Amino acid sequence: MFKKILIANRGEIACRVIKTARRMGIATVAVYSDADKHALHVRMADEAVHIGPAPANQSYIVIDNILAAIRETGAEAVHPGYGFLSENPKFAAALEKEGVAFIGPPKGAIEAMGDKITSKKLAKEAGVNTVPGVMGLIEDADEAVKISQEIGYPVMIKASAGGGGKGMRIAWNDEEAREGFQSSKNEAASSFGDDRIFIEKFVTQPRHIEIQVLGDSHGNCIYLGERECSIQRRNQKVIEEAPSPFLDEETRKAMGEQACALARAVDYCSAGTVEFIVDGDKNFYFLEMNTRLQVEHPVTELITGVDLVEQMIRVAAGETLALTQDDISLDGWAIESRLYAEDPYRNFLPSIGRLTRYRPPEEAVGDTAVVRNDTGVFEGGEISMYYDPMIAKLCTWGPTRADALEGMRDALDGFEVEGIGHNLPFLSAVMDHPRFISGDITTAFIAEEYPDGFAGAELPEPVLRQLASAAAAMHRVSEIRAARVSGRMSNHEREVGADWVVSLAGHDYPVTIAADREGSTVKFAHGGQHRVASDWKPGMPLAVLDIDADRVVIKAEPVPLGYRMRHRGADLIVKVQTPRQFELSQHMLEKVPPDTSKMLLCPMPGLMVSVAVEQGQEVQEGQVLCTVEAMKMENVLRAERQAVVAKINAGAGDSLAVDDVIMEFE
Amino acid sequence: MKDILQELETRRDQARLGGGEKRVDGQHAKGKLTARERLELLLDPGSFEEFDMFVAHRCTDFGMQESRPYGDGVVTGWGTINGRMVYVFSQDFTVMGGSVSETHGQKICKIMDMAMQNGAPVIGLNDSGGARIQEGVASLAAYGEVFQRNIEASGVIPQISVIMGPCAGGAVYSPAMTDFIFMVKDSSYMFVTGPDVVKTVTNEVVTAEELGGAKTHTSKSSVADAAFENDMEALMEVRRLIDMLPLNNRERPPHRPFFDDPDRVETALDTIVPENPNQPYDMKEVVRSVADEGDFNEMQADFAKNIITGFIRLEGQTVGVVANQPMVLAGVLDIDSARKAARFVRFCDCFEIPILTFVDVPGFLPGTKQEYDGIIKHGAKLLFAYGEATVPKVTVITRKAYGGAYVVMSSKHLRGDFNYAWPTSEVAVMGAKGATEILYRSELGDPDKIARRTKDYEDRFANPFVAAERGFIDEVIQPRSTRKRVCRAFASLRTKTRGMPWKKHDNIPL
Repeated sequence: MFKKILIANRGEIACRVIKTARRMGIATVAVYSDADKHALHVRMADEAVHIGPAPANQSYIVIDNILAAIRETGAEAVHPGYGFLSENPKFAAALEKEGVAFIGPPKGAIEAMGDKITSKKLAKEAGVNTVPGVMGLIEDADEAVKISQEIGYPVMIKASAGGGGKGMRIAWNDEEAREGFQSSKNEAASSFGDDRIFIEKFVTQPRHIEIQVLGDSHGNCIYLGERECSIQRRNQKVIEEAPSPFLDEETRKAMGEQACALARAVDYCSAGTVEFIVDGDKNFYFLEMNTRLQVEHPVTELITGVDLVEQMIRVAAGETLALTQDDISLDGWAIESRLYAEDPYRNFLPSIGRLTRYRPPEEAVGDTAVVRNDTGVFEGGEISMYYDPMIAKLCTWGPTRADALEGMRDALDGFEVEGIGHNLPFLSAVMDHPRFISGDITTAFIAEEYPDGFAGAELPEPVLRQLASAAAAMHRVSEIRAARVSGRMSNHEREVGADWVVSLAGHDYPVTIAADREGSTVKFAHGGQHRVASDWKPGMPLAVLDIDADRVVIKAEPVPLGYRMRHRGADLIVKVQTPRQFELSQHMLEKVPPDTSKMLLCPMPGLMVSVAVEQGQEVQEGQVLCTVEAMKMENVLRAERQAVVAKINAGAGDSLAVDDVIMEFE
Repeated sequence: MKDILQELETRRDQARLGGGEKRVDGQHAKGKLTARERLELLLDPGSFEEFDMFVAHRCTDFGMQESRPYGDGVVTGWGTINGRMVYVFSQDFTVMGGSVSETHGQKICKIMDMAMQNGAPVIGLNDSGGARIQEGVASLAAYGEVFQRNIEASGVIPQISVIMGPCAGGAVYSPAMTDFIFMVKDSSYMFVTGPDVVKTVTNEVVTAEELGGAKTHTSKSSVADAAFENDMEALMEVRRLIDMLPLNNRERPPHRPFFDDPDRVETALDTIVPENPNQPYDMKEVVRSVADEGDFNEMQADFAKNIITGFIRLEGQTVGVVANQPMVLAGVLDIDSARKAARFVRFCDCFEIPILTFVDVPGFLPGTKQEYDGIIKHGAKLLFAYGEATVPKVTVITRKAYGGAYVVMSSKHLRGDFNYAWPTSEVAVMGAKGATEILYRSELGDPDKIARRTKDYEDRFANPFVAAERGFIDEVIQPRSTRKRVCRAFASLRTKTRGMPWKKHDNIPL
């Protein structure tokens, strides 16, 4: 076995690999760029080597710099993690030349699977289902119909040269195939000057389901079940689970065996993933093979009990797989939520900055529940603009899917992240989405269910009443504490009352609180009551309460007359007032937020690069107004409509905060 | 007998009607509460005891004898806030526009005298059209009597003003002399002369809101200490502030049960100071990390943002915080920030509130604007205020403490009790670059040499240890343990006694 390995990566995956290596008694070497000098993976590793400036193309993906670090530290093997150099055959070759083991598949496998056409060809030869289709000269509409019939409807007819949906038709029968062929051909000719047409099976209700395989250098290969990764936003996976709620044992076996066949065909040894697209009738077709450890590998680990990183290291060291296919059984259910530094309320715009608070839920391993959090960040750390915005992978396991989901809901509610925008509320909202709960999902789930973006979850009334009870009980405790300030007039102290009106999300609930040693009973004037018990004390940002039989976790931040409460993807102001306060508050005017329609607001924190217009200038819709650099990206801001520039508040070189007014229009 | 008792209730009901239903509705329509409703919200339920409910004016000019409403446009009395006694007056805009008459003024004076006698704060809710013109000089005299009491009460009992409607002309000078002024956004304004007069005299066209609204006074003039969305919020914030203030200058600042561990370690503070000395960070994060429950009650938040002032609690007890803010103008001291902080420090000293100072200051702001406007004297205000303050003073230098500004910011030399520094701090006359350019002027042509000199200077002076060698820094501490250290420091200073030489009063450079 290796004595020392180098991890050519950063962030959570570097930390993840270090953990396993340490458990195996292998020394670890981290590499880091300027931006990662104080990163968690650097702190965790036994040694750390600086490999260049912050941009990855000057540090993490510079093969020579990694080689230099290997020579400097005498590492015997390299784990590449995912991304960066993990699927770069040149890197594998360079390591081979250096006489250092690559903890991954052989160069040939990376090359073969790295090419879309080759991989598809190899897959077909290995007996793996590929999306049926005909690419070649299709003479006329009759031939198109014949081909479509062979493939089986529905089919997609598209221009070979096409892209972006142009010249693309979906046909469900002969007639549509005939028409579609003709119109696609015409459109292709006029748009691309190339009227070649290509027909393939149209996959309806597509799901992204992938098979984890593990091979060694002695010809053994096994599969470790599947992962369902259909919850994606613009091809970025957000939530994954294992097993898939959709597959049956038969399909799983067929997919697994095909995946292994493909792996064997390229002499695969290491952990790898074969991705399939699966339609509503459980037909599955090969998409591609990822010749590395996947981001979402923990869900497989949680249901199989196999440490994939350990297996990768052992296989790379030449060991024979100790596991056979029969050793692999799937136990329970695991879900992974990817925590991204992306603001869901701002159309998932990346967010950078200082993590002023980062308190993940406690990790726990039990017989009926597991909480695992793979992370590469820490409180007080910096989310920089240079790398992937993923900051943690929160996984839960339970005996059933419902248990795993419930565990995830609580874990998300208890996850405290402040200082940057992040997608926690969105993840919570998905966990409560009826369609997600039912398992009836496709890769279009997010696009279909959140077509206008995300504006916070709407909580059902029973949950609102739970929050109302919590707020009332908490407010009462806070008020009692306030009334115990020093300097009181003795015998004339303030008595905190029992009657309150709790207002949230458009509801006003008059309640009466009866408190005793163990907790409070919150009686709703219009019927019903909740029993609330908690160790919460004023000032705690996280309230964990037992409300009747439910455990409820709420992020609660004091605001005048109540709390800002974040729970299950909702972000609410909950006011708790005495009946008289409530009555008088009805006189307060609803203030209309200032009209920003005539302003250009900065959509993200960044640096003004250039202003393209002048004061007094008339601008047309779509005209470039200015360019703001953020996250190393130049964002061009354009006029939403025709207008005259009345005032320009920022010039080149100014740093801008979110919602700073850059320009005003007449 | 029963009729006589009934007579009292009838009269009370009449008085409580204020200016009548129609005017009350008018007040409500504007999103404003009535004088009595405001007191109900400000004070603990049922604790208000009214004085002088039946007072009426004595004016007979201009037919005034025809209308002599009970209360005369102001509701006065006392009550409690979380069980602690306060005196209050609340002007009633529904009664003759809340205008100040001789009797109106007398009512206010009566509760101010009681407050002084019994050692309790005065809270004034201002909503008045101004002097009652019909009464002429008698009305002015009433103002004058109130002013004199404001002055005498200053530094004896906390005085808080809430502007909840108009406050114009001479009327502004009573709030002006109180300790804190809160305003209600969109429904209150303050100015010495209104937009009409401004237009006549200077030809400037300006709205009341622009001239003296909440935004103007919290961000431009610094007259107001904070502004809130509506009456309710403003009154709740008064309660919050009162909870943090002693009732008078003979009392210690209040304390209350707390649930935050004084030994709480904040590892996030270890990374808050960026490696690049020119990169800012948010000092408010430091303040909140140290405070009990992260609760920071900031005053003058929108004015001179390069310095932060406000109240926190440590181990349940109020502490005043002054901190340079590197996010704004690099935390430099200028006229505005010096004035803002000086007034705050003096308030704390008046009322025995300990002062915690966080220092990251590159110096005083240079330039003709500052010099012509008198930075010398204004800067001296803060220096003076810190030097004369005898309350417990704990200082934490987080990064830069350069030049004269280092001395000003509650340094050891101004009798700081505990002067801590983080390892990231640089206590020096100036930054390395500036210093080498002066010390090695002749070598300026040789960038390599200068770079080496700069490096030498940094190595020698860009740290807290030179100051620590001399005892100007008592201890270099880990950022993460700041709360623990500061809590212990203040705990040890609970018995501090220190005086100043006898004098009638000092002569601070006003």
